[in-house]
Formats: sequence, structure tokens, C-alpha cells
Amino acid sequence: MNERDLVIVGGGPAGMAAAISAYENGIRDILVLERDQFLGGILNQCIHTGFGLEYFDEVLTGPEYADRFEKKIRGISGIEIRLRSFVVDLTENKVITYLMPGKIETVKARALIMATGCREKTREMVHIAGTRPAGIFSAGLAQKLINIEGLLPGKEIVIVGSGDIGLIMARRFILEGAKVKAVIEVQNESRGLLRNMIQCIEDFEVPIYFRHKVSKIIGRDRVEKVEIAELDGGPGGKIISKKVIECDTVLMSVGLIPENELIEMAGVRLDKNTNSPISDETNKTSIPGLFVCGNAFKVYDIVDTVSKDSVEAGRMAAKHLGIKDEG
Amino acid sequence: MKIHDVVIIGGGIIGTSIAREMSRYRIKIALMEKEEELAFGVSKSNSGIIHPGTQNDPSSLKGKLCVRGNAMVREISKELGIDLKEVGELIIAFSEEEKTRLLALKKDADILGVPGTSIVDNVWLKKNEPNLNEAAVAALYAPTAGIISPYRYVYDLAENAACNGVEINVDTEVLDIVRNSKKRDKYRFEIVTSKGTFRANYIINAAGLFADEIASMVGIEDIKISPRKGEEFILDKKKEHLTEHLLFPLPSKKSKGILVTRTSDGNPMIGPTAVDIDDKYDISTSDEGFEEVIRSAQRLMPSINEGDIISYFAGLRPACGDDFIIRYEDDLPGFINVAGIQSPGLTAAPAVAEMVLNILKTKGFRPMRKLFFHKHRKRTIHLFDVTFKETKRLIEKDSEYGDIVCRCEMVSAKEIRDAIKRGASTMDGIKFRTRAQAGRCHGSFCTCRLLEILKEETKKSATDITKRGPGSEIVKGVKGE
Ligand SMILES: Cc1cc2nc3c(=O)[nH]c(=O)nc-3n(C[C@H](O)[C@H](O)[C@H](O)COP(=O)(O)OP(=O)(O)OC[C@H]3O[C@@H](n4cnc5c(N)ncnc54)[C@H](O)[C@@H]3O)c2cc1C
Ligand SMILES: Cc1cc2nc3c(=O)[nH]c(=O)nc-3n(C[C@H](O)[C@H](O)[C@H](O)COP(=O)(O)OP(=O)(O)OC[C@H]3O[C@@H](n4cnc5c(N)ncnc54)[C@H](O)[C@@H]3O)c2cc1C
Repeated sequence: MNERDLVIVGGGPAGMAAAISAYENGIRDILVLERDQFLGGILNQCIHTGFGLEYFDEVLTGPEYADRFEKKIRGISGIEIRLRSFVVDLTENKVITYLMPGKIETVKARALIMATGCREKTREMVHIAGTRPAGIFSAGLAQKLINIEGLLPGKEIVIVGSGDIGLIMARRFILEGAKVKAVIEVQNESRGLLRNMIQCIEDFEVPIYFRHKVSKIIGRDRVEKVEIAELDGGPGGKIISKKVIECDTVLMSVGLIPENELIEMAGVRLDKNTNSPISDETNKTSIPGLFVCGNAFKVYDIVDTVSKDSVEAGRMAAKHLGIKDEG
Repeated sequence: MKIHDVVIIGGGIIGTSIAREMSRYRIKIALMEKEEELAFGVSKSNSGIIHPGTQNDPSSLKGKLCVRGNAMVREISKELGIDLKEVGELIIAFSEEEKTRLLALKKDADILGVPGTSIVDNVWLKKNEPNLNEAAVAALYAPTAGIISPYRYVYDLAENAACNGVEINVDTEVLDIVRNSKKRDKYRFEIVTSKGTFRANYIINAAGLFADEIASMVGIEDIKISPRKGEEFILDKKKEHLTEHLLFPLPSKKSKGILVTRTSDGNPMIGPTAVDIDDKYDISTSDEGFEEVIRSAQRLMPSINEGDIISYFAGLRPACGDDFIIRYEDDLPGFINVAGIQSPGLTAAPAVAEMVLNILKTKGFRPMRKLFFHKHRKRTIHLFDVTFKETKRLIEKDSEYGDIVCRCEMVSAKEIRDAIKRGASTMDGIKFRTRAQAGRCHGSFCTCRLLEILKEETKKSATDITKRGPGSEIVKGVKGE
């Protein structure tokens, strides 16, 4: 079987930072597997600014931030990048199976870094009752539809949850001429960054309902309205009042979950609530030589910290392979 | 003027089973379905269980047809390449009193001819069903219970029927039926639909929830369908091995109770509730239903965790009294009602089809068998149920098998395109056929790709692509317009 010193799964900011750092720490045989046709991960659809303030001391858009890493990684000949390579299986011995158009391959990794990012929680995970019509999207999917596909998912929007993606999408929809009728947040305050609350919600006078939940989605073929309920004191509280808001679209922005089904398959123990690997040190897992970094390890607020922590993952992999620190 | 021998109204499991059965004969058959695709009615939202026939009154029609249907579906699933998993069921008793009721259930099952049932004790249960509530004292075991994908079953039947000459019309709503009074024309009925008028000698009403409305078009007013809602909750595939068997509590008068089962794709499923409602379109789920299902399921299996729920839905049982109504209308020669097909209609379907044909034969319908009936259908390929070795072979044959579209369920671009070629035209149609969007991320990952492929294959624009037919367009417009 084909064996490589280091395999990295995921070519987002985490995977790229880990690969560059691994090379800089002396690993010369590196394979990066990315299922998409581009490097950059979720940053490709984040065309707003707000990236790189900490890492580069500059204000960049998502694609610009990703591009800095991509330029660097493309210039290193010891790093082989395979795009459209979808990892579908992983064993405890770090044997990886991946599919490409026209090919299925297996490779054994002496060290492995998983940088597979995260996925968004769905309406089903927060149990919203009602119907299941068209017009319910995760905020990230809506972002992709608008920014990448050039499509407008809806015209009258209610956003469930006040995560950063939801807040950014509120502004995005307004700029596209849609109406954001409400943001519904069950907690006492926003989960998102303060700057997003100001720039995306307050500046556009979007109504935000704290201590409220969406209790029902209504509509046969397409979303027609939502029923919201005010909760006494926030989550878990008694319902004080109910109200109906008409809309054609519901955006879910209720949190992210690390995408770790592959390492779970390999036997890494995951925290039942967060889906992060159970670990006492960032990037480490219960399997020696198998590291996890970026949003797959835990959900980060900003990409700058992802890059910083992922550099560590590259170093850990070198150490695992017994490579002496050169500098 | 084209005249059909038989027009079947309804493209659910009953209509397509009848269509396939009748396609063995040299007759002209058309099936009408009002929805954009087949199986968008009751047949898409049920428990997917091939019931053994327990829990039925031994004198009931549905009991007899269930046992017969259970035997017939084995052959059919082989012929059509449908995945049928025989897993067996356990009806659990939690007290000595309940155990006595098990004995009565077993007696009924014996009268109906349910094969192989036995009473098992708690030692057996501990060994064979380790996650079951320890308080269980005994169970009725029925080995012939199975699980099937209800919509793929419908699609495969329809595909085979079409291959044998049945004309399948989707997006075709029957609006009215007129009896032909002109003696010189050799047909009995005119069927007015949203796609024009059809003429036929026989009409089979298999319209599920709307069978009463169809019957009423020809003046039959004694059929009244009362929807009975059932909410079901699906758990993550990671919990596939929660149970070995399908677990039932003791049945009530209204339903078989809340079960812990598994879909044929490996997701555990809990439900359904049973609530009588008025609105035939109300398939919403409720907080109360959720509470009831979780509570009842945890009584059977305490380790069930609400955090494992990844999806839910509701279906409406088309009830009309307590039993099926399968009736030739002597006052209206040529018209046959197949109504009130509530549970276990999915199981009974092939036996219902057989019965319909036999009734027609006693009423002077004498079709000739075809010399060549294509009874086999090539099994649909799903990467999720083949080995990596087989995947490799497939990818070498067609590189698009290596192009994964749905990450959660591992569905390739090739499977999506095949599904569209076989009739999927909506996002739900693709989901039912391939499982793309049916996993834990609910299409967040693959929706864009699916829109793209649907656009290419159907030559529609993105704004015309729907979830399940007109009115359910996925997006509202193009940016900047
Ligand atoms: C809408 C939005 C707005 C944001 N705004 C900001 C902001 O303003 N400022 C900021 O600093 N941060 C922001 N972030 C956060 C930042 O984008 C993330 O923290 C960062 O992208 C995480 O990097 P990652 O590499 O861990 O994950 P990702 O970027 O998700 O990359 C994971 C990669 O792994 C690949 N992959 C996954 N599974 C497989 C597999 N099985 N086989 C092969 N490849 C696989 C994926 O295709 C993907 O390319 C935002 C994020 C979002 C979604
Ligand atoms: C929650 C639940 C769980 C169940 N579990 C099981 C189970 O585990 N096992 C089992 O055996 N059974 C089960 N059942 C029962 C089973 O699902 C039904 O008996 C079966 O699906 C009925 O099939 P059908 O073809 O009669 O109805 P449908 O699938 O509803 O088909 C009728 C079709 O007719 C069409 N139609 C209606 N009006 C018109 C018109 N005017 N013109 C053209 N077309 C029209 C409709 O659109 C529909 O597609 C369950 C039912 C429910 C609700």
C-alpha cells in the first residue's frame, strides 16, 4: 500500500496552515486531500471583510485571506495537493480511502491531520415543530446560494439564532433587496461577535427578539409564516406569549458542529455534546499520530486563531515522526 | 380515439402494485397521479414495515391481505431488486397481565396463518435485545417482519410496470368522471384530468386520502376518509445497532402503538403517534407528538436520546372505518374502489392487487396474458450499499461514481443523474430515490450541486426547480433581478 509521511484531510485555512507548518518543521512528504475543486474551505463563500486582523494585521475578505495561504502552499514542491478527493473511510491504523472522479485510492499515513471543518446545526436538531416546506435553509447554505451561485433564496426572511453567519446573512439579504423581518434568539444576548451585531443588525434596524424561540413553521409548499414564543427568562422558561410573523424563508443559525464522523469511524472518542475529540491538549486525539485542527477540533470564532492553532498541529506531526526541530 | 382498458387513479403503493400486476396482461393501462412524482402521498411517509400480520383481527380483510402480502413481497423484491430486510419483530409485555394479552395475540396470529411466531421470555430478551428495558417480562416474536424503503418500492414497481407497457402520468389530477351514455362508443367512462380527457372501461380508485372525493365524482357517497396522523422521528445512523428487532408495545384499539424500528437505510426510527384530524393536507409535527414519542420509545428502550434525532415527519393514514374497502360497484359496472387502505397497506399492497384482479375476473374481465412479461428489473446502484471493491469497479466503468455529491450518505453524481433519468424531477424525488439530502446535514452541503445537476438534466432554470412540485420552488429569484 502507498504510504506517506503526512496526510492532511481538508484544504481550508486549517489544513493549509498545518501543511505549511509541517513542511517548515521538516516533513518533506505531505499529501493534502480536499473534496472541493478549490482550496480555501468555507472562506470561499465569505466575501465580507473581517479576516486577518490578528494574523496579518490587515482587514481582508475570506477569499483574500485564503489566497495568502494558497499562494504559499502552491510554492512548496514537497506538498502534493489533490482536489476533488473525498475521504470516505479511515481506520485506526490511519489507512485512508478516498474517491476522486474516475478513481478510488487508499493511502496509509504515518502521521495524519484531520482539518475537515464543521457543519451547521439544522432545524431538526433544535426540534422546531410544524411543516417541512421549501424555504428552510441553513445560513451557510443561503450564503453559498447568494455569493457563489448568484441565486436569491427568499424575499422575506426570519433568522433563527444569532450566530455570526446568521448576522452576516441578515445584512447580505438586505443588500440584495430582501426584507429581514426578525432575528429570533433564545438567549439573553447575541451569540455572535459584537461587531457583527452592530454592523449587520443595529445599523440596518433589524428587529431582534431575545428570549424568544420559533415554536412552529407554517406553510404547505413554501414557508408562509413562523410562530414565535416568548420564554420567561430565556431557554427552558415557560411560554409567556406567542406571535406570528409572515415570511417566505427561515434561516437557521443555531450553531456549528465539528465534522468528525471519519475519526469517529477510526475509533477516536468524541464528546457527545460538542462532537469534538475528547482531549486534554489542542489538536491531539486518543490515537497517537492522529491530529485534528481548525473547526474540526472545536468551533472557532475567527479564522486567525484557526491558523495559529493549526500551525501547532503541523509541528506536532513532525514531532510524532521524530523529525528534529531545525530552527 | 384512444381508449384504455383500465385507468388507475393514484400513484402510491396501491396504485403501482395494481399497475404492475395488471401489466402481465395484454391490456392498455394508464395510471394517473396528481402530484409531480409518484409516492408523494401517504406512501412516502410511513414506518416502512412489512408487517407479519400480528395485531389484526383474524376476521379482518386487512389481516388476511397483510399475511398474504408479506409472503408475496419476498418474491417481488427479488424480481425488482428492492432491498427487503427480514428483521423480525417483538411485541413486548411489561407485566403478567400484558403477557396474557400476548397469548391472545398469538392465537389471532395463528388463525391468520402468521408463520413462526413464539413467546420468548426475559432471558431470551436480555440475550437477543440487550438495550431493551430490563422490566420487560416476555414478548411475542414474529420472525417474518421486515423493513423496506416505501418510496423506492413504489418507484421500482412503477418502473417495471412502465417497462411492461403501463402509461404513467404524473402531474395529472383527476377532476371529474363522467359515465358514457353514448351506446355506440365502446367505453364506459370519461376521465377528465388536468392533462385532458381519458376514456376507459375500468376505473380503479386507489387515491389514498382522496379516494372519497373520487368515489363521490361517480355518486358513491358512503366512503368517507378520515385522516389519522402519525408523527415519526428518525435517529442518526450512528445508532443503527440500537435494536436488532422491531420493537412494539402492546397494541391499542387505534394503532399498533409507538414503535422502535429501523428504516431500511439503517436509521433507527421511533413513532408513530395516532391522532384523528380533519385536514387532509396537515402533515405538520407538534411538540406534543415529540414528547409522546420520546416518552413511549424510552419506555421500550431507555437509552434513546433526543439529541440523536436528525429528522421527523408526519403521515396521514387514510382510514375509513376499521378495515380496508375493496369493492366492485355493481351499480356502476367497471368501477372498483380500493379505499381506506390504512396500515398495513404497504405490506398488503401486492395482495390487494391480486384481489382486485380476481374480483375483476369474476365480473367478466377476461384479459389475456402477455407472452413476454418482463418480471425482472435491474437493481438500482447505491454506493452506500456496496463494498469498496465494487465501488472501485463502478468508478472504473463510469468516473462519475467517484464524484461525491452528498457527503453524509455518500451519493455520487452518477446516482443523481440516473435518478433523474428514471423520473425524479424534484429535490424530494432525488432524496427519496438516492438519499442525497437525507442525512444529518439535511442538504446544507449538496443542495447547490443538486440544483446544478437538475438544471443540466432537465433544462430548467434554477428558479423553476422545486422541492416537491409547483409552489415549492427552492429559490425565489436570481441575484440582482
Ligand atoms: C459565514 C461565515 C462567516 C465567518 N466570518 C468570519 C470572520 O468575519 N472573521 C473570521 O476570522 N472568521 C470568520 N469565519 C470563521 C472561519 O471561516 C472559520 O473559522 C475557518 O474557515 C475554519 O477553517 P477550517 O479549515 O477548520 O474549516 P473549513 O474552512 O470548513 O475547511 C474544511 C475543509 O475540509 C474539507 N473536507 C471536509 N471533509 C472532507 C473529506 N471527507 N474529504 C476531503 N476534504 C474534506 C472541506 O471541503 C473544506 O475545504 C466565518 C465563517 C463562516 C462560515
Ligand atoms: C404514519 C404511518 C405509518 C405507517 N406504517 C406502515 C407500515 O409500517 N407498514 C404498512 O404496511 N403500512 C403502514 N402504513 C400504511 C401505508 O402507508 C398506507 O396504507 C399506504 O401507503 C397507502 O397507499 P395508497 O397507495 O393507498 O395511498 P397513497 O400513497 O396516498 O396514494 C394515493 C395517491 O393518489 C393520488 N391522488 C389523490 N387524488 C387524486 C386525483 N384526484 N387525481 C390523481 N391522483 C390522485 C395521491 O396524490 C396519492 O399519491 C402507515 C401509514 C402511516 C400514515
